[in-house]
Amino acid sequence: MWQLTSIELFKIFKKPRTYISFVAIASIILLVQLALYVDGETYLSFVMQSVNETFSIEGKRLNGYFVCYTILQTLLVHVPLLIALVAGDMLAGEANMGTLRLLASKPISRSGLVLSKFAATTVYTIALLVFMAALSLGLSILLFGTSDLMVFKSDMLLILSQKDVLWRYFGAFGFAMLAMTTVASLAFLLSVFAENSIGPIISTMSIIILFTILTTMDIPLFNSLKPFLFTNHMLNWKGFFEDPVDYREVLKSAGILVAHIVLFLSVVIFVFRKKDILS
Amino acid sequence: MKTIFLSALLLLQTGLLWAQNEAALIKAVKAKLDKVANYQASGNMSIDAAFIKAPASAITAYYKKPNRFAIKKQDGLNILPKGGVSINLSSLLGGENVTAVSAGTTVLNGAPVRIIKLLPLDDKSDVVLSTLYINEKAQLVQKAQVTTRDNGSYEMDMKYGKYAAWGLPDKVVFTFNTKEYKLPKGIAMEYDKGNSGKPQKPVDRKGTVTINYTGYSINKGVDDKVFGK
Repeated sequence: MWQLTSIELFKIFKKPRTYISFVAIASIILLVQLALYVDGETYLSFVMQSVNETFSIEGKRLNGYFVCYTILQTLLVHVPLLIALVAGDMLAGEANMGTLRLLASKPISRSGLVLSKFAATTVYTIALLVFMAALSLGLSILLFGTSDLMVFKSDMLLILSQKDVLWRYFGAFGFAMLAMTTVASLAFLLSVFAENSIGPIISTMSIIILFTILTTMDIPLFNSLKPFLFTNHMLNWKGFFEDPVDYREVLKSAGILVAHIVLFLSVVIFVFRKKDILS
Repeated sequence: MKTIFLSALLLLQTGLLWAQNEAALIKAVKAKLDKVANYQASGNMSIDAAFIKAPASAITAYYKKPNRFAIKKQDGLNILPKGGVSINLSSLLGGENVTAVSAGTTVLNGAPVRIIKLLPLDDKSDVVLSTLYINEKAQLVQKAQVTTRDNGSYEMDMKYGKYAAWGLPDKVVFTFNTKEYKLPKGIAMEYDKGNSGKPQKPVDRKGTVTINYTGYSINKGVDDKVFGK
């Protein structure tokens, strides 16, 4: 299994498209950091309009923790698209190149093949998020320093003591890995039905965009749908920035995401085992 | 006619006497506070407001005559209600430029107190009206209600302990009015727990800042730099 996963990882990191995600993430993070470094106070005064009427907040408001939170908030919506770029190619790409039939003819079980491909996709997802964490948190702390974190919610401003922040980021990035693995499993699922990687990549993007719109729009009709959308549960990395953390709600979301992963992967294994591979 | 004239004179004299009493009481309280030229106090500050949640933190308060006052946190963010907390008793009682009017007596925390309203004579003063609840026996201001021109109304409740001889409180509860806070959910991008449709509880528009002072360093000098601009 490990040998199969290593081979799949070799294939993933041999493709130039794999590095598009790393370059895209690095570019976005560096641009956001530059923008906030040059004119962060303007952004702050926009989000703090209501607070500024009653309170004056002094100190290092624009610090590394705040910059990282802002980056995560904007970027974690877009990272699924980069995950789909690789995960959607895992089976469909092989089918497109005509190597899937060759692979299936080897003395390895089809389930083992699927699991090794999914394990390699998960490693890629984790690598992407570790890279993102290093840049968005590590570099932001180096550039902006540390202080208390301001978390702007729709109905309140929460201030977290700087001594109480770092562990929350570990929790949030861990949760984000789970959320992005769910996206990977969706792209992987769609990949098993396609003969070309473009289809599953675009389909995954479309599903994520549609569900994200439904998740973020505050309309009563859509609100009743939200508990059933995995994109809503993907946002619960923010649960680590509650005080106190509502672990029940975070675990519920994590459980729903794990259930999605298991369901999607089971369908992939079921379909792939029965599949008549013609290409 | 003679009786009416005498009664009017008596009333006028009584009024003047009361006015002198208020002025004397204010003068006595101020004299106590005037013993403090500067101080540096350490303590703990907590904020309780509907739309802001911040951890209680250790603070240092600085005061220097006549009316310079600052609260600093060692590290992290320093959150204070705009304008109000910087109002201190010395600046409220400030100089000869106020008129004191008696508004009767009442009982506060089990102790009788005199109610005195202070009206600033300066048209440009930010403070429009102050109502002080003074413990006459201890010559200490127990409570102050302040209406300002630009920063709304505030209330200060003070509890005294070992620094009462200097007129410095051990605990100050500062009550202020808050304005509405709302950030669109699309910008906040929050996880929905599925209770969006439920009616929201009415929001309390009052907030409080509680400062518990643990110790004062009185008349030992305070650097002007701590007050900033």
